[in-house]
Amino acid sequence: MSFINYASREINVKLVYYGPGLCGKTTNLQYVYEKTNPNAKGKLISLATETDRTLFFDFLPLDLGTVRGFKTRFHLYTVPGQVFYDASRKLILKGVDGVIFVADSQEARMDANTEAIENLKSNLEEHGFDLSTIPYVLQLNKRDLPTAVPLEEMLQALRIKNESYFEAVAVKGIGVFDTLKACAKQVLMELSKK
Amino acid sequence: MGASDLIMYEEEFQKIKEIIGKLKVDANASVVFLVDKNGQQIAATGDIERLDCTSLASLTAGNVAATDGLAKLIGEKEFSVLFHEGEKDNIHISIVGGKVILVVIFDERSSLGLVRLRVKRCSEELNRVFQQIMDKTERDRASGESFFQSPFAEITDEDIDALFNE
Repeated sequence: MSFINYASREINVKLVYYGPGLCGKTTNLQYVYEKTNPNAKGKLISLATETDRTLFFDFLPLDLGTVRGFKTRFHLYTVPGQVFYDASRKLILKGVDGVIFVADSQEARMDANTEAIENLKSNLEEHGFDLSTIPYVLQLNKRDLPTAVPLEEMLQALRIKNESYFEAVAVKGIGVFDTLKACAKQVLMELSKK
Repeated sequence: MGASDLIMYEEEFQKIKEIIGKLKVDANASVVFLVDKNGQQIAATGDIERLDCTSLASLTAGNVAATDGLAKLIGEKEFSVLFHEGEKDNIHISIVGGKVILVVIFDERSSLGLVRLRVKRCSEELNRVFQQIMDKTERDRASGESFFQSPFAEITDEDIDALFNE
């Protein structure tokens, strides 16, 4: 649910990074945080365990400037990827405007990827969203690893609706902004249709 | 707009600001702010310069969402009031009309009792305003023609590229 404030001429949009545990959701956010102009970003908040696993969510607000006279603000969230945090994961999807699915390219994580997509689908449904219509982008992360599954194979297994996809190495920043931009674009385009 | 989108109009925005401004004075609070359940700040008043309001809004919503989850687990509909006590500052969080979150930050110059009392009265007023907003949105939607145009109706690829190329 985007929040449009006509009084203060602002629009706030919520984007959520989803994916299996350790796929690089938080890494994506950290890279965006590092590379963003200090004036344009808020604090990066991570509710994580002592071992840096996401416990509840990471949150990064971005002020991207104005579109048609409206201040555009993106709130980026990640979910905890670990399977047993499903209750928390569900909460974060509340009011989401767009989802970025971060897939882990390692062969050993392919089952976790498909499981996470199924999980995303059912959690979205609980909030009344439909994965087939919501703005959605697929990021194939960790493409630099020797155990990475070939692109074609990954797309066949994970692509669900002809969504745009990006090959990424989030720790090096490769593909991070392309993914974000593509999702932001879809969300704004979606708003323009309404 | 989707059915759940919140659209804030100038008239109601002013009313809301007035109501929370009054609450701040009546409850002797340092900060009062309103957040929607998704973590978007709606309005704030008081000593907000020293605070990171965006993060505060997001964490408040996360907090309320988690508490809602807890409530459901034990068979409650919701916990409508949350209170956090600190050494100096305290936070009182309450849900207004099941939709928005009212946050009051106060220190030793006020008390929990006073804040609770004032929040209760203020909630009723806020509830009425939000009902007005819903009705208005509903009316605009039903008439099929809102008095404003979506600011994004003519958005172009260039507009979006420009956002990311600063």
